[in-house]
Amino acid sequence: MAYSEKLIDHYENPRNVGTLEKDDATVGTGLVGAPACGDVMKLQIKVGSDGRIEDAKFKTFGCGSAIASSSLATEWVKGKTLDEAETIKNTMIAQHLSLPPVKIHCSVLAEDAIKAAIRDYRDKHGNPAEKAAE
Amino acid sequence: MSSLQDMKIATDGKNRPQTPIYLDYQATTPTDPRVVEAMLPYFTTHFGNPHSRNHAYGWEAEKAVEHARAQIGSIIGADEKEIIFTSGATESNNLALKGVAHFYKGKKNHVITVVTEHKCVLDSCRHLELEGFEITYLPVQQNGLIDLEKLKAAIRPDTCIVSVMAVNNEIGVIQPLAEIGKICRAAKVYFHTDAAQAVGKIPLDVDEMNIDLMSISGHKIYGPKGIGALYVRRKPRVRLEALIHGGGQERGMRSGTLPTPLCVGLGEACAIAQREMGAEAERLRSLRDRFYSRIKDKLPEVYLNGDLESRIPGNLNLSFAYVEGEGLMMGIKDLAVSSGSACTSASLEPSYVLRALGVEEELAHTSLRIGLGRFTTEQDVDYAVEHIVESVQRLRSMSPLWEMAQEGIDIKSIKWAEH
Repeated sequence: MAYSEKLIDHYENPRNVGTLEKDDATVGTGLVGAPACGDVMKLQIKVGSDGRIEDAKFKTFGCGSAIASSSLATEWVKGKTLDEAETIKNTMIAQHLSLPPVKIHCSVLAEDAIKAAIRDYRDKHGNPAEKAAE
Repeated sequence: MSSLQDMKIATDGKNRPQTPIYLDYQATTPTDPRVVEAMLPYFTTHFGNPHSRNHAYGWEAEKAVEHARAQIGSIIGADEKEIIFTSGATESNNLALKGVAHFYKGKKNHVITVVTEHKCVLDSCRHLELEGFEITYLPVQQNGLIDLEKLKAAIRPDTCIVSVMAVNNEIGVIQPLAEIGKICRAAKVYFHTDAAQAVGKIPLDVDEMNIDLMSISGHKIYGPKGIGALYVRRKPRVRLEALIHGGGQERGMRSGTLPTPLCVGLGEACAIAQREMGAEAERLRSLRDRFYSRIKDKLPEVYLNGDLESRIPGNLNLSFAYVEGEGLMMGIKDLAVSSGSACTSASLEPSYVLRALGVEEELAHTSLRIGLGRFTTEQDVDYAVEHIVESVQRLRSMSPLWEMAQEGIDIKSIKWAEH
């Protein structure tokens, strides 16, 4: 299978590999996928006092496309507010990496991972609107 | 043997191969240059139709084809008259199963095979099922071998044929052929074996093993692609119905003009294999053991799929826990290997062979098949080990499952959302 240069770059030089303290109140963790399906992504965001994502980390078990999709996702969420990060769509990831059709599910998983991390952060903080007003 | 030297992979100054190191000998093999040499005259000088009875061109070609037939017979202890040329092991398997089943249709409607067979056997059986035959798919044990008691129990009065592969293409395990043959002969049921991965790698004898039909492939044994053979026993005679009709060649079992150069190639490949099998097996076993022990020394949680003892020397099938197979293959693109991961197959399902062994899906996704062969060197093995180890370590360091395992979290305790 021929992969795009961008995809190979993300696979060979993945951005933001690592782990944030999941019990930290400023950290949201998303864990999606299943080992039996061959894809598991863990994506974490750290939200700053200004409401923007100041750091993001990932670890992924999966094929090259899954690794590249999650690497790209961490790059894109950084500097965004939660509402902005929520607008990242799998199609944008798939297009950016020129994913072949059989690999679209990798980008879907990356979108799910972003959403799951945001949800986890919000769950820690109750009503997100109240928090933003603080 | 200058052409043999050409086959060695050129390396640049940094010891990186310019083309990937070939470690996929169960997928196919390069044609041995000695085989190519034997074939060449039959494309140009001796181009006659081996079925032409009226002139020297035909006689020359026929002589070559019959010599090849004898070479093929010799490596499996068969008479040359019992060898039918086909286009490859897929056709041989189709002919053996459908041919025998069709001949006995109405009287004997039951076929026994094994869940880990090659797709062409399983699909032929599927086809027979549609025609009204009943098929028993025997399970395998955790080591990939069938349980002989289960085979005995599955044989019925209306069973016409038992088909069990000699060597599995994914995990390289050798089924107990002699024991299976004994059981089948005692029950008066034909025993067919798909020996595409076995011929030239392990000693085979159709009489000692009571084999009635055997499928042979050219390109798995350093012969050309597009040729294979089916051994069909004459005493006691195996009856089968042809799939391809025409001029009645190959004793009416397979019509069509024989491709003389390919027949010569298959014959020569068998002759070379028969001469060199012992030494080659020994050399491959030592390379395989070097590969496996080095990997195990450097990496924890590596699992061998399939039995180690009852296995051809040129095969390893390893699961590298917590690292997905295709992701791993992308990291070792200097190596041509194959994976049991879903992502490399069209179906997105992990290997049915590994699943049949009871390998859990998550481990099936992490498997690599490493096939060593005639042109594999110690240098290739060392290079491959080094790169696999490096890649597995890197991918584990970015695997959430590896992280959980290190923290003592049982990944089975997590409720995963299957997608």
